[in-house]
Amino acid sequence: MQNIDKASTMHSRSWNLVFLVWVLATSGTVISLFFSEIVQLPVCVLCWYQRIALYPLVIMLPLGLFPFEVNAIRYAMPLVIFGWLAALFHVLVVAGLIPEAAQPCVQGVPCSETHFTLFGFLNIPVMSLLTFTLIGLLLLMAKKSFTRTSTQTV
Amino acid sequence: MNNKTLFISVAALIGLVFIGAVAIYKSQQSTSVASELLPALERIDAPVKGGKQAKVTIVEFFDPACGTCSQFYPLVNNLVKKYQGKVKVVMRYAPLHQGSNDVVKMLEAAHLQGQFWPAVELLFANQQRWVEHHVSNPTSALAGIKTLTLDHEQLDRDWQSSKVAKTIAKDIQDGKTLKVRATPQFFVNGKPLIIFGYDELAKLVEDAVSEAY
Repeated sequence: MQNIDKASTMHSRSWNLVFLVWVLATSGTVISLFFSEIVQLPVCVLCWYQRIALYPLVIMLPLGLFPFEVNAIRYAMPLVIFGWLAALFHVLVVAGLIPEAAQPCVQGVPCSETHFTLFGFLNIPVMSLLTFTLIGLLLLMAKKSFTRTSTQTV
Repeated sequence: MNNKTLFISVAALIGLVFIGAVAIYKSQQSTSVASELLPALERIDAPVKGGKQAKVTIVEFFDPACGTCSQFYPLVNNLVKKYQGKVKVVMRYAPLHQGSNDVVKMLEAAHLQGQFWPAVELLFANQQRWVEHHVSNPTSALAGIKTLTLDHEQLDRDWQSSKVAKTIAKDIQDGKTLKVRATPQFFVNGKPLIIFGYDELAKLVEDAVSEAY
């Protein structure tokens, strides 16, 4: 009996973590749409790649939350890793660590330019990298706490 | 709290914050260009059409390769005609398309021979012949401009001259100052067109005319 109680609280811990990831992804989506559609900052190619990784999470994670389905974490991971890599590349481009020639986005909106900076260092690519890092870590924690529960109950 | 209620309330909260942020942003957006930026709207000798004494000035930042600019061309002409003598339009170069930098130099060279309007009309009308996949082909554009009656040798000399390059650089700089990121971008007596559209532009001009006359 005690075991089952413990299992369900661990279960709900896992649920809470995935829910938190959904909150992060949704906030990120809304903020990025606010900057592009309302403030009308230009969206460069690399930003689009990160959006491709972020936006689907808003739709697919709730499907894994109701009812709770741990596989959702597995399905979300490739997107998160892809988005994280794109964000890392973008941050390096902005920082000037990746040379002009290696950039995929010379035409149209240059990705090396940033239009918005908070507290002197927090530009949009950095925010994106932080978000993807946090999302990835939370998903790993959710997965871990779920596996722990499962092995305990068996 | 049960999980579903939690989910729905957080979703609603995010939605409300978004709507609130939009409302705050819109209410804070200024309807006119900051006074220290106003000089960036003007350049002496920029191509002008309309009444010389007109009190209403439409400044249009444009790219000859831009499809929307081409669609707006007759509409802007209509506005100038509708308020005969009261409205003029000033054209500023914003070569945002790849390859357009040379094409606007050719336009400016045509302008030096007093042929800006026929040249821009020709380029807009035949965009499909010299713009491919949003990339300008300056050679085809030049061939097009040369079908007009103007001094060809003078045109060739002028468009590659440093004088014309300076003019274009000034327009690009002013565009940056005014945060022109898309074409066409309109300013009517210093007020930017915030919501893009022909009706919105017509309204902005109408208001400026009734204010000035």
